[in-house]
Amino acid sequence: MTALPDSPSGRKLGLVIDLDICVGCHACAVNCKEWNFAGHSGPLTDWNSFSGTETRDGEDAGAWGVWFNRVHTFEVGDGPDSRTVHFPRSCLHCEDAACVTVCPTGASYKREEDGIVLVNADNCIGCKLCSWACPYGAREYDHTDGVMKKCTLCIDRIYNENLEEVDRVPACVSTCPAGARHFGDLGDPDSAVSVLVSERAGYDLMPELGYRPTNKYLPPRPRRDCADSEEVPVSLADLAERDDQAIGSGLLRWVDAVLSR
Amino acid sequence: MHPALSVIIFTTASGAGYGLLALSGLFAAVDWLPRDGSAGGWAIGGALVLVTGGLLASTAHLGRPERAWRALSQWRTSWLSREGLLALATYGPALVFLAGWLRPEAVSWGPWGLLAAAAALLTVYATGKIYATLKPIPAWNNGLVVPGYLVLGGLGGMQILSLIMAATDQYHERFGWIVLLFATCAALVKHGYWRDIARAPSETGSATATGLGTGGERVRLLDAPHTTDNFVMREMGYRIARRHATRLRQICTSTLFAVPAMLALVSTLTDNWFGLVVATALGTASVAIGTLIERWLFFAEARHVVTAYYGTETV
Repeated sequence: MTALPDSPSGRKLGLVIDLDICVGCHACAVNCKEWNFAGHSGPLTDWNSFSGTETRDGEDAGAWGVWFNRVHTFEVGDGPDSRTVHFPRSCLHCEDAACVTVCPTGASYKREEDGIVLVNADNCIGCKLCSWACPYGAREYDHTDGVMKKCTLCIDRIYNENLEEVDRVPACVSTCPAGARHFGDLGDPDSAVSVLVSERAGYDLMPELGYRPTNKYLPPRPRRDCADSEEVPVSLADLAERDDQAIGSGLLRWVDAVLSR
Repeated sequence: MHPALSVIIFTTASGAGYGLLALSGLFAAVDWLPRDGSAGGWAIGGALVLVTGGLLASTAHLGRPERAWRALSQWRTSWLSREGLLALATYGPALVFLAGWLRPEAVSWGPWGLLAAAAALLTVYATGKIYATLKPIPAWNNGLVVPGYLVLGGLGGMQILSLIMAATDQYHERFGWIVLLFATCAALVKHGYWRDIARAPSETGSATATGLGTGGERVRLLDAPHTTDNFVMREMGYRIARRHATRLRQICTSTLFAVPAMLALVSTLTDNWFGLVVATALGTASVAIGTLIERWLFFAEARHVVTAYYGTETV
């Protein structure tokens, strides 16, 4: 079971995350938690949620719990050229998923039909080796259940015929208010997500490790340097000095004179 | 990496147990394990006790120990599964070996000693491979990890065998020389390993983890996703101060090399039974403590690449 599929179908369901658009609101992470709390791998338990004294499950104080989605914020570059990039992190459903092959029990598996990596919670022994084998921190241990949990790509939504077709996407995708998350078949070169990846130069995380992740990230677009048209940056302090002809500058000078009296 | 006590005790106790079993099998084959007297029985039996204790300790690491039997199913891909199977498979020849040794008139141990030795070696090899094949932990994905597990298992086993031989008055000075050989190999392997992991950091860091620094830009964590440590940070984000690591490495060098080597030399020279027992017992205690510290350090010093998402710029 933990051997990777011999003859994958060619379908590679996954996410494309647009780092140019993500505003870092954490809605994907929150909706993921909400849906999956009762979903395929649920419940996603929490500890110390209401006080810092519940020590049975935690090693120390402070609230923590199982989440499949985390949004980090990075500063890229230095000085005036630096920029803030919000970075959602979740399971990438890798083609060479070492989390699957290291699993001693067969609880971890990669689906032949769509490439989704799942954990069978009924067989997992909670040895945590898969979390060591994952470079992306996608697997979290549930102390209450004693098993590992991970993103299911909302397998209980995307194939769910009880939902409207528009809702048959992962919870993180359906909730993103900025449209920064896209879901589709990355194995089909003509799918919307594949076209997006090729148009925007979508890339893999940590390609040097050779896990061949299915999910892709779209880089932030180059910055538009609006200040260039003015030659020098506009400073508010000397705006009145430079702009003598502007309507209102006389009024401002009079107000300044009155107030300074 | 978070040093889990159950795993440290498991690899230390079982490692020494398998070392003791392998050496007993090999020495029996070349007639270095005296047929008369109780030394052989103590050695083989003691090895099985250590191995079993270690294996039981390892189940404390599991969230669902009652399902541990499931870990035997994925030997085609998983080194952990292979380790489990080899550990169980070792019991077969080891028990026949023990029975044959204790009741030679009833059971012939013939090839079973060597078979037990081979199975024990393979089990420790599999243990080392579990760590050595994990690419996200550059310090473990290293060619000296497997030799480290093998040589420390051999050193521990050889020390215990020396103690048993001394206590049963069957000591031979060649045991001292073999301890010295294992201690020297342990020192060489561990120093080689520490030199390796101190070399240039891997290419993985926050730049490749986010893909945002491919043009050479610095990528710094500005805001973490959560205010308290999650599982990933607790399990993979363990850190040890360099100052402490240096001191613990010195203790490892003393307890795994200097002390056992010196005591082994004393053992080869002394004719006093009591002195011999004390020297081999101290050597055994030193190696046991040294191995526990070395295993703790093996975890504590290893950085996982996932830390690149949590503020480490180069892993």
